[in-house]
Amino acid sequence: MSKIDDILSRYREGGHESLIPILQDVQEAEGYLSESAIVRIGSFLQMSTTKIYGLATFYDRFRFIPAGKMHLRICNGTTCFINGSASVVAAVRDALGIEPGQTTRDGRFSYELTACQGGCNEGPVVCTGDTYFTHIRPEDVPELISKLKALADLK
Amino acid sequence: MQFTIEVNNKSIRAEKGETILSALNRNGIIIPTLCRMAEFTPTGACRMCVVEVEGRDRLVTACSAPVEEWMKIKTHSPRVIRARKTIVELLLSNHPDDCLYCDRNLDCELQRLSDEMQVRERRIRGSKIKPRRDQSSPAIVRELSKCILCGRCLRICEEVVTATSIDFIGRGRYTHVGPAMDRDFNFSSCIHCGQCVLVCPTGALHEKHYLAEVQEQLSRHDVTRVIQYSPLVPYALAEELGIKYNRDFDRLLNAALRKTGFDKIFLSGTGTDILITELTDTIIGAKGNPDSKPLIVSACPAWVKYCEQFTPELLPMLSTLKTPQQISGSIIKSVVPVSDDKPRVYTVSVTPCTAMKFEARRDSMTRKGISDIDTVLTVRELARLIVLYGIDITNIDPEPADEPMALRSSASFLAESAGGITESVLRSLAARKGEKEADRPAVKKLRNTGTFRETMVTAGGETYTVAVVDGLKGLTKLREMIESGAHYDLVEVMTCPGGCVNGGGMLPAGSREAVRQRVKFIWQTDDQEAVRGPEQSASVADLYGRVFEQCAELADKKLFHTHFSKRDVLL
Repeated sequence: MSKIDDILSRYREGGHESLIPILQDVQEAEGYLSESAIVRIGSFLQMSTTKIYGLATFYDRFRFIPAGKMHLRICNGTTCFINGSASVVAAVRDALGIEPGQTTRDGRFSYELTACQGGCNEGPVVCTGDTYFTHIRPEDVPELISKLKALADLK
Repeated sequence: MQFTIEVNNKSIRAEKGETILSALNRNGIIIPTLCRMAEFTPTGACRMCVVEVEGRDRLVTACSAPVEEWMKIKTHSPRVIRARKTIVELLLSNHPDDCLYCDRNLDCELQRLSDEMQVRERRIRGSKIKPRRDQSSPAIVRELSKCILCGRCLRICEEVVTATSIDFIGRGRYTHVGPAMDRDFNFSSCIHCGQCVLVCPTGALHEKHYLAEVQEQLSRHDVTRVIQYSPLVPYALAEELGIKYNRDFDRLLNAALRKTGFDKIFLSGTGTDILITELTDTIIGAKGNPDSKPLIVSACPAWVKYCEQFTPELLPMLSTLKTPQQISGSIIKSVVPVSDDKPRVYTVSVTPCTAMKFEARRDSMTRKGISDIDTVLTVRELARLIVLYGIDITNIDPEPADEPMALRSSASFLAESAGGITESVLRSLAARKGEKEADRPAVKKLRNTGTFRETMVTAGGETYTVAVVDGLKGLTKLREMIESGAHYDLVEVMTCPGGCVNGGGMLPAGSREAVRQRVKFIWQTDDQEAVRGPEQSASVADLYGRVFEQCAELADKKLFHTHFSKRDVLL
């Protein structure tokens, strides 16, 4: 049984109310919402893929392309912003050549901007998985990226 | 129950349970609306219809709030007018403002509201929406920068057409309307019916125009230009041009088209007559065969695409006959002669439909890569063509159409309403046995309202069970019936509620009642005309008796048939 069928078996067929929990579970399991996953969910819930896609794009947390092996979450909360997170974002954009939500062609990196991550006294904060990097300056970014690149290649 | 409420310091009568808007409208007060669609559940999304209700802090949306006994309402107080004007100004703040170049110039609800609210300057400036023009569909163009997100298109697509091909995508200022996975139309489940075009208040959704192509062909010396128009077109064109219609108008249109530069004028109605004749033959052939499946009419190209996508299990039941437009097209490209000076025949078809634009491009509608119909125009485009060529249609002499497709029966006109093809076939079944009419009271049941209608009719000594799906909402019932083993001799499915009279290429009717009026006009005309069915039509007799015999390509009538297959799109 595929991961998606496994998830769907926990929900009621045709139950529109489970759409968001299902989408969350699928994203958790697969890292993103693929077209085939949306089609499968659509036939399970008897809902148009158009509606599912429309709803999913309303929420920032759903992604439609696979995340990179290293997915950076850059804090865009108020304090980090005041401490210069915008220039960190610009440095990441320059280093990777992608916009938030996109994934590099080699599949190594993706990044997104998040609301406050709770590290206000350590800002700007960047995290990947459970690892947090604090007091990041734009000039630290190239080194951080090359360190993470090595880690990504081990994955 | 009726009661009195106070509006602008005067008493008016209101009905319990109705909305404020309906009470006001009935008492001669007009309130501007934008997202409202007659006969749909109100959403109160656009806030254009706000009024002031004494005792309520906030303005109230008249379209969605029920009227209550204690209410004292101000409909045009300074506060209300200011609020409405601000709403229009906000809608305009990111609008491209290219009215002069817009498809809907002079016919735009946003433009009209802006004028009504006396917006004379751009007070609020927002960053403009990035222009994105989806021209991928052969029938419908989507211009995202002109969209004001009223949501009418996606509601009609979901609630009436039941295709749900478009929805809001994204959030906040990035919100836009589009198909699944933000694809372009040609990759979507859109069936090109054009109902969304009819309800779009701005130029965000409109039919794809082919007038430039037609003009180019009209200026050439080496082509024979042939135009055919469906039976409804003269009526619809008169409406579009604001002229009162009578039957003479058809012949005025022939003259106008000749003046525009078309060499041959044919009637798609003759094609409809052939379709009716062939369908009648099929039914007679199937009668008595115990294994016969229901025969589902495939004359609505939007329904055909819908069937290929959503209900492929019904495909084996679809009649393989082409639509009238394509039947006529295959005759035209077979019989119109080519010469050394004019080696090409260029065919235009005018229809009340947008899906026909898509249909003409189907692979199965071409021969050796050349389409039977080169260009399909809607009624709106034809009106523009006639205006562009400066033809005063009220001031010319009527002319007949050209042989061999110069006449049509009233049955072909009837076929423009939902249920009309079925009625016409029943009429033909009776006529084949020398009867004047099929059992009239039974046939009349097909003229009821409701999205699924069925009846049993005796015609020519046999009893036939027929059903009509008027708007795709009725399909659920049809599928249930077929699944439960019900047998039908003929099933007609029309995508647009009411039939072609409410097609995507028509003037928007605005309400179910207005569509019904058009349908009633068709019934009236049908009652008055002399040539009631294909059996009495001289054109049909000539085609079957002479033209088809003499033309090698048409002799076996294979050209009138096509095939369908399951279509893989995101549903």
